[in-house]
Amino acid sequence: MVKAVFVQILAILLAFVTGAIVLSLTGYSPTLAYSAMYRGAFGNMYSIGQTLAKATPITFTALAFLFAFKSGLFNIGAEGQLIIGAMASAVVGISFNGLPAPAHIALALLAGAVAGGLWGFIPAFLRAKYGAHEVITTMMLSYVAIYLTSYMVNYPLKAPGWVAQTVPIPESARLPRILSPSQLSASLYLVVLLVVLTEYVLRRTVLGFELRATGLNPDAAENAGINVNRGMILALVISGAIAGLGGSGEILGVHRRFIDGFSPGYGWDGLAVALVGGLNPVGAFFAAILFGALRSGGMVMTRVTGVPLDIVFLLQALVILFVAAPKMIRTLLKRSGLKWLGS
Amino acid sequence: MVGIIDIINVGLFAAALRMATPIAYASLGGIFSERVGVMNIGLEGMMLLSAFTGVAVTYYTANPWLGVLGAVLVGGLMGFFHALLTVKFSGDQVVSGAGINLFAMGFTAYMSQVLWGSRGASESVSGLKPISIPILKDLPVIGPILGTHTPLVYIMLLTVVLSYILLFRTPLGLRIRAVGEHPTAADTAGIDVHRVKYICVTLSGMFAGLGGAFMSLGHLSLFTYGMTGGRGFIAMAAMIFGKWMPVGAFGASLLFGFSDALQMRLQSLGLLPPQIILTIPYVLTVAVLSGVVGRAKAPSDYKPYEKG
Repeated sequence: MVKAVFVQILAILLAFVTGAIVLSLTGYSPTLAYSAMYRGAFGNMYSIGQTLAKATPITFTALAFLFAFKSGLFNIGAEGQLIIGAMASAVVGISFNGLPAPAHIALALLAGAVAGGLWGFIPAFLRAKYGAHEVITTMMLSYVAIYLTSYMVNYPLKAPGWVAQTVPIPESARLPRILSPSQLSASLYLVVLLVVLTEYVLRRTVLGFELRATGLNPDAAENAGINVNRGMILALVISGAIAGLGGSGEILGVHRRFIDGFSPGYGWDGLAVALVGGLNPVGAFFAAILFGALRSGGMVMTRVTGVPLDIVFLLQALVILFVAAPKMIRTLLKRSGLKWLGS
Repeated sequence: MVGIIDIINVGLFAAALRMATPIAYASLGGIFSERVGVMNIGLEGMMLLSAFTGVAVTYYTANPWLGVLGAVLVGGLMGFFHALLTVKFSGDQVVSGAGINLFAMGFTAYMSQVLWGSRGASESVSGLKPISIPILKDLPVIGPILGTHTPLVYIMLLTVVLSYILLFRTPLGLRIRAVGEHPTAADTAGIDVHRVKYICVTLSGMFAGLGGAFMSLGHLSLFTYGMTGGRGFIAMAAMIFGKWMPVGAFGASLLFGFSDALQMRLQSLGLLPPQIILTIPYVLTVAVLSGVVGRAKAPSDYKPYEKG
């Protein structure tokens, strides 16, 4: 366990070192960039709030990836499910004006989960029925979600003005803010709850057992009497619902309306975060804080030092590539004489 | 009033062939990789990095063919890296591919700002010039569709045929297929399984590189943010639709290229909101993967091979 965590941390360090090389080669100071990034992420209460605010949707998408992954499926379309969920929440937020706050929020969250779940159901059904590979279909459906919601905020749901966005949702549908003036909202509590719930469902319930069995060996699971197709569909629906809730949280807690392109790619982070977190929900939460810090700190870094924000996405990708093959890190460790860690 | 003739004409078919070209290249890349048992969802990122490299090299050398060369080399390098992670270190193929995709997105956006000060688009460069094929270009109907294109389109057609011959008519092709279908048997027969995998996955990246180079140097003459727009994934769908055969994948690429061309044509006519039209290629991809294909059997089980 300790060794596994060590390997992850080493992968992260390697990514930062590679990032530093890229920064120096392109004429920026890695020290200045990284220190600005750190201050921007953890410098004061506001920045900590911003970091957690960015970590929240990323935890949702990481849980979504994780849930499908444990069942042997690759849901790399959390971005689309998040966006569709966000749109559903925005629509409910806007149309059910006058509902009392708790009911309105609950209904909007439910809509987000259902819409996200539906966006997960489509690839799951196509996989179970026609064998269409979910890696491709979830990705393609993300593009569809992006364009479809873009259409909705540019035409039927467009608020007056130049920006492609809906009108704001009423007070009764808004999740309360924490650590104001940062953008952190009660969505954080929801995701912490989901972390615990995911851990519980996967480890302690029959459903979780069946899903994990399917993930480890579908043929054996089938022989043991587990309905693999049903499990597959259920897993992707739940996965999509989790991502959809993440989108709801963004709308009800952060933006208070649907804005075209509001997600800066939170869905794509899910895979990375789940992996860096060692493929367990609690680990994913901590990894999400790291990725949230990269995003919130990255913005400050760009403002202060002028380093393009995209170095952050480069760092994230490098982390994935380094954790993708733990054997590589182990080999590196062995070569460098740290044999006891490499075993 | 817009007539059907304004939408469907020889111009559309010529555009379809152009739009099919990057997809066909990448799907050939997918075939070479999957034929040796390595799934390559990194095709998307490899195309994007190559599209960027092509423009960057052309920007500094003013020679688009050097740009193409650079694109192919970078594609090959990424393919080699994918092989290193998945073959040597038995890393997960989807994870490695997704990592490559994100890397390409971040790296090209970052470097775009470093080199040109803009995240959205590079400066224009002199792209590849179209050539006309004598005689062919004067034929009715076929002439306007096939007669005049950038050389990368013709090279793609040639590559499809050569890939078929290589895979199904040569001893090397037999070895490649054996490695994917039955690595243990291949190993027993004295084939260096890992080496064949390295070669094919590197080649896969080089094909994606040609596709990327076509997009930024043959189709447009600049690099734009995320310009591949999921074509690497569409290429994988084309590969599956074509049952992992070069000619079949090319046919499927034509279908996707056609939907891409149609999408652009409809947009320019302004009949429907652009966002709705833009979904056409993606919806078609999902539809093709599900309904039309039936259950397609992959030529390998994608497991890393450990020498016993």
